Amino acid sequence: MTDSWQLGSNRAVRLESAATIPGENMPIDKRIATAAEALHDTPDGACVFISGFGGAGFPNVLIRALRDCGPRELTLIVNSATHRYSYTHDLIAAGMVRKVICSAARGHSKDLSPFEQLYRDGKIELECMPQGTFAERIRAGGAGIPAFYTPVGYGTELAKGKEVRVFHGRPHVLEEAISGDVALIRADRADRYGNLTFRYAQANFSPAMASAARCTVAEVRMAEDAPIPHTEIDLPGVYVKRIVAVGGEAGR
Amino acid sequence: MTPLNRFQMAWRAAQDIQDGMVVNLGIGIPVLAGDYVPAGRDVFIQAENGIVGCGPLATPEAADADLVDAGSRRITLRPGAAIVDSTWSFAMIRGGHIDVTVLGAFEVAASGDLANWDMRVPNKGPLVGGAMDLAACARAVWVIMEHTTRQGGARLRAACSLPLTAVRCVKRIYTDLAVVDVTADGFLAREMLDGLNRDELQARSGATLAFAPDCGVLRAQPIEENK
Repeated sequence: MTDSWQLGSNRAVRLESAATIPGENMPIDKRIATAAEALHDTPDGACVFISGFGGAGFPNVLIRALRDCGPRELTLIVNSATHRYSYTHDLIAAGMVRKVICSAARGHSKDLSPFEQLYRDGKIELECMPQGTFAERIRAGGAGIPAFYTPVGYGTELAKGKEVRVFHGRPHVLEEAISGDVALIRADRADRYGNLTFRYAQANFSPAMASAARCTVAEVRMAEDAPIPHTEIDLPGVYVKRIVAVGGEAGR
Repeated sequence: MTPLNRFQMAWRAAQDIQDGMVVNLGIGIPVLAGDYVPAGRDVFIQAENGIVGCGPLATPEAADADLVDAGSRRITLRPGAAIVDSTWSFAMIRGGHIDVTVLGAFEVAASGDLANWDMRVPNKGPLVGGAMDLAACARAVWVIMEHTTRQGGARLRAACSLPLTAVRCVKRIYTDLAVVDVTADGFLAREMLDGLNRDELQARSGATLAFAPDCGVLRAQPIEENK
């Protein structure tokens, strides 16, 4: 991963093309013109979070830009590898993905999805877990908690081989935190500082993923220069490195 | 003797949802129960993508791509609704703040073990979603499922044959033939379809059924299947 990602937590992650600009004394501005620029330095082997649930909050502009950037051997951390409204399957079908960490990887039709074909042929790895465990492992990754015990999954094949400990008379499974390199999320509005607002159920996994990734890129319907009032901010810009405005109509 | 259709099974389960409950309804038949909660009972329906207070489905004109439930259906909000992110939503589930979850199932064991996430279809990928979180942590787990498989195999069983979702979690089962509780002593039939006798219900079950002293008739409103 490039060193620029190690900058102070609320600095924008600068593009190489901007490196000669004496930017460190400039006010923070995380807005970047295009999705391609925002993702151009994603390296091979990166761990990439992709947010979204049920059609709300899928960062489809960023996903397509990542496909065009073409990094290989990616690990995707995405709730569903097969949701029909997400372009995640494009990355899988393009052979860019080594491993998927998810709670759902079943295609919608009888024909096998791109993930299922590769999985059948032994060409992609899978780690499947309960959705709440998925969310909490990511939250833990962004919150400095290396592992936690949960009652969920105990006695099932998804908990096989995991450490079990009894609390209050009930067996719990030890689950480890997940953190990663890049998070692709979608929000409604952003300001120059990377503060975000979400519409309705758009947030879903985004706050957790943004906190667990070293470089969070948000596509937003609109990005403004003026700061968003603090009462309206759903996710502080501390967790967001790059903003790409993609336009479009809210809720469509 | 006509078995209940899936809308009638959902209707029957909805009659047991009490005023003031917070309920999570699984995709498929369970989510239909939201339409049949008796008037006068104020119920919050939680969806694991973060909606706390789902309203009815949105009309095509009002549908908003950002306002969906756990089944990706475009919905509305009820008065007093709130929306949280996924980590908070599952903290709500694991923390015991959901009174009842109603789930679909393939099999339930007499111990209350639930199998509802993996049918072992060759080459199809796994889909666990929020089922394990809900089954393990909701304060009560109710199941809606047909009493037998299409081939006539028992879904109420001494032990599950399919991969488990959670152990010892199911409290009540609504089928097209009966309402069955899961007790410390195993299955206990509470209601059964008019015209079905105990031996016939037992023959369609894979574990011993006990019958409640007040075992009554399973009734449902007439609701057309292709509603």
